[in-house]
Amino acid sequence: MENDAADARSAAGGDERAFERLYRRHVPRIHSLARRMMGPEDADEATQEAFVRAWEKLGTFRAESAFGTWLHRLSINVFLGRRAAEARRKDRVVTGDDVMGRMSGVQDRPDLSMDFETAIGRLPPGARKVFVLHDVEGFKHREIAELLEVNEGTSKAQLHRARTMLRRYLEA
Amino acid sequence: MHDSWQDRLSEYVDDELNADERLALESHLAECATCRALLAELQQVVQRAGALSDRAPDRDLWPDIASRLEKSGSVVDIATRRAVPRRVSFSVPQLVAAAVVLMAVSAGAVWLTMTSSSTPGEPGVSSGGPATVVTAVAVTEYDAAVAALEQELAARRSSLDRTTVAVLEENLRIIDEAIEEARAALERDPGNTYLNQHLAQTMWGKVRLLRRATGLTPLAS
Repeated sequence: MENDAADARSAAGGDERAFERLYRRHVPRIHSLARRMMGPEDADEATQEAFVRAWEKLGTFRAESAFGTWLHRLSINVFLGRRAAEARRKDRVVTGDDVMGRMSGVQDRPDLSMDFETAIGRLPPGARKVFVLHDVEGFKHREIAELLEVNEGTSKAQLHRARTMLRRYLEA
Repeated sequence: MHDSWQDRLSEYVDDELNADERLALESHLAECATCRALLAELQQVVQRAGALSDRAPDRDLWPDIASRLEKSGSVVDIATRRAVPRRVSFSVPQLVAAAVVLMAVSAGAVWLTMTSSSTPGEPGVSSGGPATVVTAVAVTEYDAAVAALEQELAARRSSLDRTTVAVLEENLRIIDEAIEEARAALERDPGNTYLNQHLAQTMWGKVRLLRRATGLTPLAS
């Protein structure tokens, strides 16, 4: 987008107004990504961190690629790097198998009041990240394996696990 | 009931099975209602995920982000000053140097203290008291230094990244404009210490930028 390119150049020169325009245009996508990858509780903070990091890294943005693509990739790296928050979340909410029990193990009475997006946020962290990256964001298993530092087989297994759990929330 | 094919259904959905596996799974599906049902649900999950729409956060996050930007030292805050394109081929120290120069040339936006003195050895400026001033001798030295650096830069130009060169030239053009403006203002008001100091610092800024530029790493051949 031409506006993005111009604003990115101005923002790289320190123009906060230009950077705010970029924020306004891209925050729905980045916040949605954060909500799905980090869960709704951490989405605001993760989104803020992503934009602050983008501001700091604007000098590495190359105009030949789309700013949105660059920001998206940078945000994913920020979110994946928030391991401390993730650990807190795991302690607070669930461990992987607990979630399996809560979401699909209770097959007689799944909590269908939970909408599909919320259900994504409640997936075990590994399965959630793979599912969001693959099925929502369109990454390949090879790319996911590289990002998450796992092998492709693990990525495929986590994806199947996530889909299997989420199928109970299709109508939500 | 769980069979081993159930674990392969996502790969089937994603068309990641080889031809033999695919054929075998399809034969199994023809006989297994459980797997057919599961397959249909997995396909719906994939479809649902692909149809998710983005939405903005419930509250405006910009005020918090803006306050954090101000604390971030990585980008110099010149938002209200002249916006100058900055490209990607500079290292961080080079960008910092360029930012310093840009601040120096943004007349009226940068407050230059009246008590600063020049750095020893800076061409083009000399310390004639509490303020940095430009003298005729200093200007001669400055011109010589700039000419030498420009010559060196011209010799290396073809080996540098084109974008970097474009940014350099744009910044140098802006600095030259600022120098000319300061000189013109000084002609009208020769005794103005602020203008004198501003001119000296801008000239020194150009030398520093040229020094940076001649020290840039050439592109790999």
